[in-house]
Amino acid sequence: MIPKLMQSLVLPVVAKEASRRQFMLGALAAGGGLAVGFQVLASSPAAASETAPDGNKASAFTPYLTIDSDGKVMVLSSQFEMGQGSYNGLATLVAEELDADWQSIDVRGVAGNVKAYGNVAFGGAIQGTGGSTSMVTSWERYRKAGAAARAMLVAAAASEWGVQPAEITVENGVVAHSSGKSGGFGAFAAKAAAMPVPTDVTLKQPGDWKLIGNPNLKRFDSARKTNGTEQYTIDVKLPGMLTAVMIHPPMFGAKVKSFDAAAARSVKGVVDVVETPRGIAVVAEHMWAAIKGRDAVTVVWDETAAEKRGTAELMTMYKDLADKAPAAIARKDGDIDKGFAGAVKVIEATFEFPYLAHSAMEPLNAVARKNDDGTLEIWGGHQFPDVYQMLSSQIVGITPDKVQLHVMKTGGSFGRRAVFDGDVVVEAVHVAKAIGFRAPVKVQWTREDDMRAGRYRPSYVHKLKAGIDANGKLVAWNNHVVGQSIMAKTAFDGMVQNGVDPTSVEGANNLPYAIPNQTVGLTTTDVGVPVLWWRSVGSTHTAFAAETFIDEVAEAAGRDPIEYRLSMLEPQSRHAVVLKLAAEKAGWTKPLPKGRFRGVAVAESFGSVVAQIAEVSADSSGSFKVERVVAAVDCGLAVNPDQVRAQVEGGIGFGLGAILGEEITLTAGKVDQGNFDMYTPLRIDAMPAVEVHILASTNPPSGIGEPGVPPIGPAVANALYKALGKRIRVLPFTKTLNA
Amino acid sequence: MVTLTINGNQHRIDAEPDMPLLWAIRDLVGLTGTKFGCGMAQCGACTVLLDGAPVRSCQTFVGDIENAKVTTIEGLTGKVAETVQTVWTELDVPQCGYCQSGQIMSVTDLLTTNPKPTDDDIDAAMTGNLCRCATYHRIRAGIHEAAKRLEA
Ligand code: FES
Ligand code: FES
Repeated sequence: MIPKLMQSLVLPVVAKEASRRQFMLGALAAGGGLAVGFQVLASSPAAASETAPDGNKASAFTPYLTIDSDGKVMVLSSQFEMGQGSYNGLATLVAEELDADWQSIDVRGVAGNVKAYGNVAFGGAIQGTGGSTSMVTSWERYRKAGAAARAMLVAAAASEWGVQPAEITVENGVVAHSSGKSGGFGAFAAKAAAMPVPTDVTLKQPGDWKLIGNPNLKRFDSARKTNGTEQYTIDVKLPGMLTAVMIHPPMFGAKVKSFDAAAARSVKGVVDVVETPRGIAVVAEHMWAAIKGRDAVTVVWDETAAEKRGTAELMTMYKDLADKAPAAIARKDGDIDKGFAGAVKVIEATFEFPYLAHSAMEPLNAVARKNDDGTLEIWGGHQFPDVYQMLSSQIVGITPDKVQLHVMKTGGSFGRRAVFDGDVVVEAVHVAKAIGFRAPVKVQWTREDDMRAGRYRPSYVHKLKAGIDANGKLVAWNNHVVGQSIMAKTAFDGMVQNGVDPTSVEGANNLPYAIPNQTVGLTTTDVGVPVLWWRSVGSTHTAFAAETFIDEVAEAAGRDPIEYRLSMLEPQSRHAVVLKLAAEKAGWTKPLPKGRFRGVAVAESFGSVVAQIAEVSADSSGSFKVERVVAAVDCGLAVNPDQVRAQVEGGIGFGLGAILGEEITLTAGKVDQGNFDMYTPLRIDAMPAVEVHILASTNPPSGIGEPGVPPIGPAVANALYKALGKRIRVLPFTKTLNA
Repeated sequence: MVTLTINGNQHRIDAEPDMPLLWAIRDLVGLTGTKFGCGMAQCGACTVLLDGAPVRSCQTFVGDIENAKVTTIEGLTGKVAETVQTVWTELDVPQCGYCQSGQIMSVTDLLTTNPKPTDDDIDAAMTGNLCRCATYHRIRAGIHEAAKRLEA
């Protein structure tokens, strides 16, 4: 069933989908207040259940927002919040059209009604957060919900005061009439719910926006994230709840042969030790007892089917494959052989990329409880809720509508909680089932569990070859990408066309540069290490290879890196515009003080284009620091400019940490790193000053959670080449620079 | 049984002396603002104040601190902390927010002991606090801004 559900998933983003769909407005009374939603008329082929988030059976009008009798506006977000600010973005859309008081806005996550919450960028048949699409899927939907609710509040006030709706104004959460009558939303919420539903709503003109595009609007949730009151999955506490830690197989694909839990059972606080399809669970009264209990369990593993290769063997295999002809072709322009035949200079380079862990600050977790009425509740970071609902229902043997998901905020994710098999979510259900559902269970991974559980950014090798003619023009470009597919053999297998997983080559097969003869090949490897999307997915490696190699080509042609890129771009293209903006803001042509060096890169991902110029200080000993990064961003209309800035700042830090020092390695099938002593994300001392310049745009919003990541690696590598004379082709940097 | 003084309140908890303070605070006392990130003093998410000085509660054991005063994010008070928290919301420092309790404990200690920290002082005091969302740019700006306001 899941594969069918996923067939409709369409990447990359289809930005126009929302406007093509027909919406019908609907409303229902909810607890004395007003609830507004839209019913998507086009019937969804794979509509899952329609259980409302609060456990009530919902109609097809499951809402996008509610207003209670105190005037509090609760935005019901189809988009999961992992720190990227999607809740704040959706709240902005609703509050703008509703003319709500920003201080009265709150947001919670919802799931379980794919008709209302299906991600239109994914084709609409599945709810999900990913591909930086939250604003794309919500842009029309949540503004219309706000506008409809406003119209109904106005109608309610008009009828109460006996005046014309057109005479009523709404501002900052206050409904008013020129006669002097006024009231808050709460005063009209109940009556508004009974008002006729507007068949169509007119959205505000951009000139009338007060919140959308306002650079001074503050996040609604910063205070609770500053005083310790924000609630994450780890904070869920239910009456009688037990805490479980897992013993996962030490190698991917190993299975439990036998285990001895006698000693563990005598550890104070340990309640049970059970086997699940995903490993052994030590169930205890609290986390510390579970950890101590785990130390006392011995497990014998069946490693017959396990992946036993290590990083060194895999890399050797990948490099051999890269020298051979690719298994599939992802782009073919012109005649590559003729292109190279006409070249006067040919350069080649091979790049190596390691596995990377997401390592969100909150190690993965989920809480499951089965109730006496047969329903199942699951608290977690439900990034693919429909999938988790269905998988969990199958484990328990109930229909999906009996599974209620509580969408919690999580301490990061970066893609890690968008998994095909439910991962920790189904694990919590398995553990709860294994103890006979006698208590609610929280499964909490330790950092080591989290880091060693796989789902890494795949390891890749890129082999690039370029040819320039006598005028320095780039006439031939060949790129062979070798590595695992994220989507093949998963529920997303249908996305792999002609042997090409788009996530393996995005950023490589859509280079913006005018290169007459160009081939991008792909060889997909079969390795037992589970892989997954990691913030900005394919562009984490493709942009690095392409944008550092372009610099090599520019050098071979004796040209300035920015001028050379611009010579291959249409002057008004988005890439050219952000490149020029970054160059201007960074003072690209101005001389630098001694010991300072600049590098540039530009990359498109998730519908947005970002150029970055990195300024690096370095001395002859080879030590260096990234001092400053100037970013220019075209993300369409910036709904929350300060959040765009924050995402680019964070994306730069996230991407910089990775290229400087992050890597997951395996020795004989076992992951070497377990904690932040060995796996080293960026810390504050290595964070550069960041300047973000946002291009004014009237295009619909495109992605911003991820697009800040891809350019930082190549921009810094290009600067370091100037500083140290070394081309960085083996990542992380430590590998090249210490070699 | 162990007695802990947390945010001015005494708690009798049923714990072995080797229990990390982190899990006592979270699972036995029930205060959830202090976060678990690594369990081995590598990330700072679990930072609390012990007699006013920051410690990693995942590597502090309840048997060793019976006579000490523990302050968690929930009990953080005073001009420095309040200024830091205000600046944090005005600059929208947090993204996921998960690391921020620990960041604020460390920043509060930094500004208490060093009211006008340089960038190098900030690096030295704050490198133990990982932020996977990489909000470091705003953390640094927030520290400077809070220092400025406290001086005034
Ligand atoms: S959980 Fe204590 S330092 Fe990371
Ligand atoms: S704000 Fe997410 S880890 Fe710091």
